Amino acid sequence: MAQRKRSGEDFAQEIQSHLELETEALKRQGMSEDAALQKAKSEFGSVSVARERFYLRGRAEWLENLVRDARFAVRQLLKNPGFTATAVLVMALGIGASVAIFAFVDAALIKPLPYESPSRLVNLFESNLTGPRFHLSYLDYLDWKRMNSVFSSMSVYVQDDFMLSTPQGTRQVDGVRVSDGFLRTLGVRPLLGRDFHDGEDLTSASSTVLLTYAEWQNRYGARPDIVGQSATLNGTAATIIGVLPRDFHFAPAAPGGFFLTIAPRDNCGKQRGCHNFLGVARLKDGVAVAAADAEMKTIAEQLEKKYPDTNRNRGANVISLTDMIVGDVRPILMVLLSGAGLLLLIASVNVASLLLVRTENRKREIALRGALGATPARLMRQFVTEGLVLTTCGSLLGIGGAFTAMQALPRLIPVDRMASMPYLQGMGLNARVLGFALIVSAIAGMLFSLAPLLRISFANLRQGLTEGGRNAAGTLWRRFGSNLVVIELATAMVLLVGAGLLGKSFYRLMHVNMGLQPQNLAMMRISGSASRYSTDTAKVDFEHRILGKLQGLPGVTSVALSSDLPVGDGDGLKTIAFAEKPNLGDHNEVNDRQVSTGYFATLQAQMLRGRGIAESDDSSSPRVTIINQTLAKRYFPNESPLGQHIGSDVSKYPLEIVGVVDDIREGPLETATLPAMYMPSNQEPDSAFFVIVRTSQAAQSFLPRMDAAIHQVDPGIATYNAMTMDDHIHDSQSAYFHRSSAWLVGSFAGMALLLGVVGLYGVIAYSVSQRTREIGIRMALGAHRDSIHRMVLREAGRLAIVGIAIGLVFSVGAGSLMRGLLFGVRSWDASVLCAVVGVLAAAALLASYLPARRAASVNPMDALRAE
Amino acid sequence: MTTRKNSDNRIALLQGTLDLLILKTLLLGPCHGQGVASAIQRRSEEVFFVDHGSLYLALQRLEDKEWITAEWGLSENNRRARFYSLMPKGRAQLIEKTSEWQRLTRAMGLILGDGTVQNPEEA
Repeated sequence: MAQRKRSGEDFAQEIQSHLELETEALKRQGMSEDAALQKAKSEFGSVSVARERFYLRGRAEWLENLVRDARFAVRQLLKNPGFTATAVLVMALGIGASVAIFAFVDAALIKPLPYESPSRLVNLFESNLTGPRFHLSYLDYLDWKRMNSVFSSMSVYVQDDFMLSTPQGTRQVDGVRVSDGFLRTLGVRPLLGRDFHDGEDLTSASSTVLLTYAEWQNRYGARPDIVGQSATLNGTAATIIGVLPRDFHFAPAAPGGFFLTIAPRDNCGKQRGCHNFLGVARLKDGVAVAAADAEMKTIAEQLEKKYPDTNRNRGANVISLTDMIVGDVRPILMVLLSGAGLLLLIASVNVASLLLVRTENRKREIALRGALGATPARLMRQFVTEGLVLTTCGSLLGIGGAFTAMQALPRLIPVDRMASMPYLQGMGLNARVLGFALIVSAIAGMLFSLAPLLRISFANLRQGLTEGGRNAAGTLWRRFGSNLVVIELATAMVLLVGAGLLGKSFYRLMHVNMGLQPQNLAMMRISGSASRYSTDTAKVDFEHRILGKLQGLPGVTSVALSSDLPVGDGDGLKTIAFAEKPNLGDHNEVNDRQVSTGYFATLQAQMLRGRGIAESDDSSSPRVTIINQTLAKRYFPNESPLGQHIGSDVSKYPLEIVGVVDDIREGPLETATLPAMYMPSNQEPDSAFFVIVRTSQAAQSFLPRMDAAIHQVDPGIATYNAMTMDDHIHDSQSAYFHRSSAWLVGSFAGMALLLGVVGLYGVIAYSVSQRTREIGIRMALGAHRDSIHRMVLREAGRLAIVGIAIGLVFSVGAGSLMRGLLFGVRSWDASVLCAVVGVLAAAALLASYLPARRAASVNPMDALRAE
Repeated sequence: MTTRKNSDNRIALLQGTLDLLILKTLLLGPCHGQGVASAIQRRSEEVFFVDHGSLYLALQRLEDKEWITAEWGLSENNRRARFYSLMPKGRAQLIEKTSEWQRLTRAMGLILGDGTVQNPEEA
């Protein structure tokens, strides 16, 4: 029969006829005409609403059902808060972790760099015998630019810092020196003002400056009239000619700040052997990076022949600018993203398994609703709605978490390390990240909607009323789920052991003997004008005035100065020789430091032999040095070093060893201390040095007063890198590296543990729900509740033990693979392994306790009747 | 006799039961909407109250599914009315849903009834 559309008019007529029929029926019962009509109308309710519902019936019914389904789904989910909370949390974790990491990937790898056609840009290096990434000299740059046929433009740049005069005193600021066409090579136009003119680096070097957007905002309060103002840099007034765009950054010379032109007319610019610049160039259309690299290498060979004195062994090296900027982080991010993807997959499978357990327990409800007239399609839609509600909650929570993580994570990265990754500044919930989150959520939603449907045969709804579902598919799922749980637990074990080892390494690292007491030390690097303090006498006087001023401040216990800070990069090396030991050979490198009288006392380092540095060690007295324990042991194993002589030149040995100090950790925390020697700063003075103050109160709050006091001595002094020794150690490369890897692996391990526990719970609970009848029979036959309890725990225990055993094997393997990352911990550290096994066992017990209790509380009669 | 002497005792119809009641009413012969509504109220001893808007939507839904069919005709009082009658599909559905419903009520009775509800077929 063909469906014909019924008109609304027809429906209205039907209602009219209904009212008439009703009125007539009421009149027959003895009502008056008016009263009957009134009553018929009120009994019917709103006619217009009924008509509207008729008009909308297709859509209205759908919408109504959707709203009803959603409300019902929420009610169903709230009825079982434990399940809902677990599923939503696991989902949120999986989605949150992957979205947060994707945001990093997006910021670093997907979002294009803020230049015109960034893929056509390359970075240029000279190579030498030491390595492939070294600076160019200005004259080589000019020749490369003139001789090449592969680049449409080429420029050079170098990171630099400047002394900016401000009303508060001189400040060190970050900047970049660039050749005239630098911005044009990148294809960047200033937001305000103008770019450098062609030849501006030759005609008026250092008299014009471009600001980055951040500098304009923060230092100049975003003044609209900034262009044309002047800034005094290194004592010279420069005109601000423009402001760079907001999203501009240039990582190879980060953090930027003030962009000045190079000054090629200085000494270095005239010497081919003075290598000061890095190059950036734009490839001509159709030229590949490899072709450009080959041509530049040929040009370098020609220059090598032409200038053998300066260009011996100096080649050329061309790499894509994108690779240079993000090449280092790409593998790390890809590993992280894969890890997050894996977590998400496991999380999804876990939630799906929880949903299956629930479906199993709801078979009766489904059958009942089927009996009440719900069609299979309606029931399916109900499950899909529940899956979608669950996914929506999980996704929203996950995206919220990811957003919070995106705000918090960059703050965990020390400022100067963040400055070298400026592309991360633009990280956030942009369209790409949201799109990724939506796609991931949609896939998860599909999975969660469809998983329960697999376990329900809607054609045989009625069987659900009477039969429990024990079939091949259920057993298959149990087996798959069990294997998955074993893998999850093993993964959690490996990650937990990794996190434990890294955490313990970090602890050991922070408690390594540094040879000094880091608490309450305030430090700052200061730099006096080189022209004002040019003679040694002036420098010594400068040092004394600074130290005297700081010593006089309240709350100061002692003060010192030093040419370098402890726990640094271990640089500052000098080759030495001994007058008494002529046959030591080459390469006797030691750290050399110029320190003041109070240095060892301020650090609270331990003098072992002889004396420290005295005020009387000055230019009029014989040159002396204090050596550290390592130097004494290495070069004077069986004799006293005191009175022996050291020099940096084989023919001259001017320094007499007068004391031995216990090792102070000069280099990174995890590397063994090198031999070191300390010279009196009075005998080798400098106008730039670190001042170190031991305070009686918190060092952090002392830093501003220290800065003010130093500027009282001379407002022209530049101060920078003010920090406490604790922060200096905390932010040092090795501490940062160990801390961040411990956190990273730790958070993955935490998620893996949670997923493993949820997975174990899901599998055991599913198994219990399928074995209700068996449990009932066992109990009917006299099995004790305790034995049922034990039976379930045994099943969980077996999975946990297999998982832990496999995990243990892989943990030891993984531990030895990451041996290089560990400090003071062996890769099979027993305490870490035991603790992790304990944590996993406790977690597994917790996960199986609930289903075991449910199994033990089964009423045998109910269980048997139910089946 | 009024139709609403004790409206507190009325029960809103369970989701899905209205279809079953309509089919059952039409089993006795073709009937118009007002007749179906009053029959349900009367035969449930005034316990069920039928929301008329829902009734006509349900009738339309069943018509769309071809479980019932409709045509305009004249009532016993010569008033124009739309008469609904049961189709073979609807008859089959009625038998199936009725047996489901009986099993359900029996199961509910077993649980709720403390054994006072006896099922003569199985007792």
